[in-house]
Amino acid sequence: MHISEGVLSGPVLLTGGVLTVAGTAIGLKKLDFERIARAGILSSAFFVASLIHVPVGPSSVHLILNGIVGLILGWGAFPAILVALFLQGMLFQFGGLTTLGVNTLIMALPAVVCYYSFGPLVQQGNRIALPAAFACGFMGIFLGAVVAGAALMFTEENFLEVTLLMVSAHLPVMIIEGLMTAFCVAFFRKVQPDMLPHFKAPKTDFSCNGRS
Amino acid sequence: MLAEPFAHGQSFVHGLDPRVRIATSTVFSCLVAVANSFTVLVIACMISLGLVLLARLDLAAVGRRVSVVFGFLILLWLILPLTYEGEPVGQWGPLVWHRPGVALAARISLKSFAILAAFTALLATMAVSTMGHALDRMGLPSKLIHLLLMCYRYIFVIEQEYRRLNAAMRIRAFRPRTNLHTYRSYAYLVGMLFVRAAARAERVHQAMRCRGFQGRFHTMAQFPRQAGNRLFLVATTSAMLGLAWLEWLQ
Repeated sequence: MHISEGVLSGPVLLTGGVLTVAGTAIGLKKLDFERIARAGILSSAFFVASLIHVPVGPSSVHLILNGIVGLILGWGAFPAILVALFLQGMLFQFGGLTTLGVNTLIMALPAVVCYYSFGPLVQQGNRIALPAAFACGFMGIFLGAVVAGAALMFTEENFLEVTLLMVSAHLPVMIIEGLMTAFCVAFFRKVQPDMLPHFKAPKTDFSCNGRS
Repeated sequence: MLAEPFAHGQSFVHGLDPRVRIATSTVFSCLVAVANSFTVLVIACMISLGLVLLARLDLAAVGRRVSVVFGFLILLWLILPLTYEGEPVGQWGPLVWHRPGVALAARISLKSFAILAAFTALLATMAVSTMGHALDRMGLPSKLIHLLLMCYRYIFVIEQEYRRLNAAMRIRAFRPRTNLHTYRSYAYLVGMLFVRAAARAERVHQAMRCRGFQGRFHTMAQFPRQAGNRLFLVATTSAMLGLAWLEWLQ
């Protein structure tokens, strides 16, 4: 979900940039020195995940997974997604500098919203957690498409058709991301529940620190 | 495979101070993004092309890279001229092309070409690590630089890990199709990537602590002063002032 260079008007680009700077500042403030390495390496995992293409009928879509990134990093999603998008620009020339702000906002704002709305639910029982995880993945893309659509609409009212096309074209992506997020959360709950927010360690703690 | 095909070279652009390149490309991109006049945009495209030539990049590779936006531009050329109201320029059966739509599509195409080509010529010609050090010297928050360098360092490692997991699935006869099994398998793959990334981050952090890391990357990179920097700055600044004059004062 990307808005290309040269489409948006100056004020929209500026607004996107300012909001992203604000989000990134909050995110950096919340990431203390202990968690920076974790955020950096998770942001490279986000980058790599966006290279994975899953089949949809005869075509395929690439994963975005901003819902999961939101769940794992909270406000840290802003700097993590900013950095990953910047590196996509450096390594693949996907997008340039002026849209970096808007494009970060498109993915990171839904991530933070998902963190607050679904974060408390994913530690509940399966009946609540899995639908919440599906909704988290679904809303991550849906809200992103809405932000992207708003950016297009504020640029040019005639972009209404493009916006509608964009939201409807992302409908299959929303469903797939919802499913992926639900499965992924189920996986985390079994394998590494402390990846998810609001984790309370059980009384008998068999934690081992992994390989070195 | 991930790679930085343009990062190393022996051209005038590769020798410039990274800070000069970052500043120039940022200002240039913003200027192009807000410009509207066709004269300005065509000149900006020529400047970008000139920068690509000056960096002596493999033109076919640059073309391939810039072509990622073509799909989107084709979509715009298909939709905008038909949906815009205004003076018609062509008709084919019930389809009418309108002039403002054509103009808008052309403007967007020129802008995206100019911005992406300048990005490729000025920024993709440095390694990300160099860029991190340059941004650090330019005063960006050190946490952000730390994040950028960490992310860059581990992208390649995690991509390898992804390839390994993918190979393991293929060996077990996994074939991606449109069904729940495929999505579940990919979700577990992604989950595994995140779990391993987090575990790796923990180990890396401990290793850095053991070596006395206290939250600040010290950059040893030196950016030598040279005559080319000043020449380039003067040339690009005057070109951009010229463009701004054409756009707003003419």
